[in-house]
Amino acid sequence: MVKTGFMERHLRVIFPLPAVTFVVVMMLFPVLYTLFLSFTNWNLTSGMPISFVGLRSYVRVFSEPRFIAAIGRTFAFTGMAMALETILGLAIALVLNREFLGKGFVKLFLLLPLVATPVAVGIVFNLFFDPTIGLANWVLSTIGLPKSEWVSNAATVLPSLVLVDVWQWTPMITLICLAGLASLPADPFESARVDGATGPQILAFITLPMLAPTILTAMILRLIDALKTFDIIFAMTSGGPGYASETLNILGFKYSFEYFKMGQASVMLVSLFIIVLASSLGIMKMRARSEG
Amino acid sequence: MRRNPIAQLFFYIGVLAIALILLFPFFWMLGSSFKTQVDIIAWPPKFIWKPTLANYQRVFGEQNFLQYFLNSTIVGVSAVVGALVLGLPGAYSIARFKQKRLAIFILIARLMPGISFLLPWYIIFSRLHLMDSYVALILSHLLITLPVVVWIMSSYFEAIPRELEESAMVDGATMQRAFMSIILPISGPGIVTATTLSFIFSWNNFMFSQVLSMQKTKTLPIAVYNFVSYAEVDWGAVMAVAVAIMMPAIILTMIFQKYVVKGLTMGAMKG
Repeated sequence: MVKTGFMERHLRVIFPLPAVTFVVVMMLFPVLYTLFLSFTNWNLTSGMPISFVGLRSYVRVFSEPRFIAAIGRTFAFTGMAMALETILGLAIALVLNREFLGKGFVKLFLLLPLVATPVAVGIVFNLFFDPTIGLANWVLSTIGLPKSEWVSNAATVLPSLVLVDVWQWTPMITLICLAGLASLPADPFESARVDGATGPQILAFITLPMLAPTILTAMILRLIDALKTFDIIFAMTSGGPGYASETLNILGFKYSFEYFKMGQASVMLVSLFIIVLASSLGIMKMRARSEG
Repeated sequence: MRRNPIAQLFFYIGVLAIALILLFPFFWMLGSSFKTQVDIIAWPPKFIWKPTLANYQRVFGEQNFLQYFLNSTIVGVSAVVGALVLGLPGAYSIARFKQKRLAIFILIARLMPGISFLLPWYIIFSRLHLMDSYVALILSHLLITLPVVVWIMSSYFEAIPRELEESAMVDGATMQRAFMSIILPISGPGIVTATTLSFIFSWNNFMFSQVLSMQKTKTLPIAVYNFVSYAEVDWGAVMAVAVAIMMPAIILTMIFQKYVVKGLTMGAMKG
């Protein structure tokens, strides 16, 4: 090559430029604007001009019991969902990790919850959980347990929503673990068997340690989405009954688009982002350690 | 390895249980969509009933249902095409020049709570009189589809041996020429993965459309949600709508099963 054109020389800038420009305009600017709004007390409905109030919106939001409760719920929901999804997802992957009749079908079935429209899933589960006509209570009464009010009762709403999340997202952990299991080298397993290790020993000392980075990555992906869970909660309860299932994302949505308190809503969104970022970084650290 | 028949039996019972739990909500939804309201609210729940098509007739006949279907399709297809146009060169550059920071910058869109951009968009699109327009909706959905395309395609391009372009470039082709005429034509599987997944994500999106669309551009997830918000829930109709919404994503998944699995799990697999 004797001469290279302008495009050629600047390809590393020109090629990503359209995508980067789009992300700057549609994400970076809006997020900075949200950050800016969090230092104001702007209320879209009051008609007052934006006024800069420093950290006052932060103080107001952080002393708001509804906000504190929402943070607690966000963690409770995420913690329950992730614990169940990781344990179940991994267990199912370990069970399915061999050749058997119908494996192709089961793998297809695992995909279906993942691609099902969450709002529609939420509504189907609402029919399921309906206290008077729902199948869930029919199952309970058939096996001799007392009926539950599921999402209509403040005490049971969060675990019920967790069940829906577990149904929809456990397959994601399973699929990732299955892919991870398939890519493990065979040698350590063979030599362990030659040395007379039992199944549980192989699981505890070879499979799980080798799979740990994969499991933790799957957990990061789930964590990011679980903390931000919106569709199923909004569709099933809109945060109710009362505020009993109001997570941070739902509360932020209400402050933004129902109360139009942009300043305080922005504080909540900034908080949620920091929580998502910090938790993801926490697990990433664990993952780095597990890889040694 | 020989297996004990009892253990084998338990294994298959376990597999069957897993399959049933995964499928049951779909069966119940599909079944209820063929029930009359009386059958749906019957106690104990009916497992055998006389199927009716009335729900589908009502939904497809009376409601603007086809319009919503069309809206979802317009928004999804445009957002995917846009993401490919913007994202493919970007992903290629990230893969070839190891622009890791750039990749992270685009992926932050995955980490952010959607409302933190939705709130400014709402303000700006209102000012520009773009509320309830396809433009606003497509732009917002592009922020869902673009990171998916960049994520999937940058690792796909990375796995293509450099020698392919290099030999073309020795023959005098420019790098952009090599990208267009050599790399893209062999990237079919990656593009299918990225297209399928990003389309499904756009199709299923609720939050952005809920805020930015109104009567004219309303998409299917909003339509099904509004169905329930009415005073008395017409469960049969709601279930028929739910079936109609999920069908395209499920059919796509069945056709492109291998690609969907790859796309969903690759994030975790690479280092």
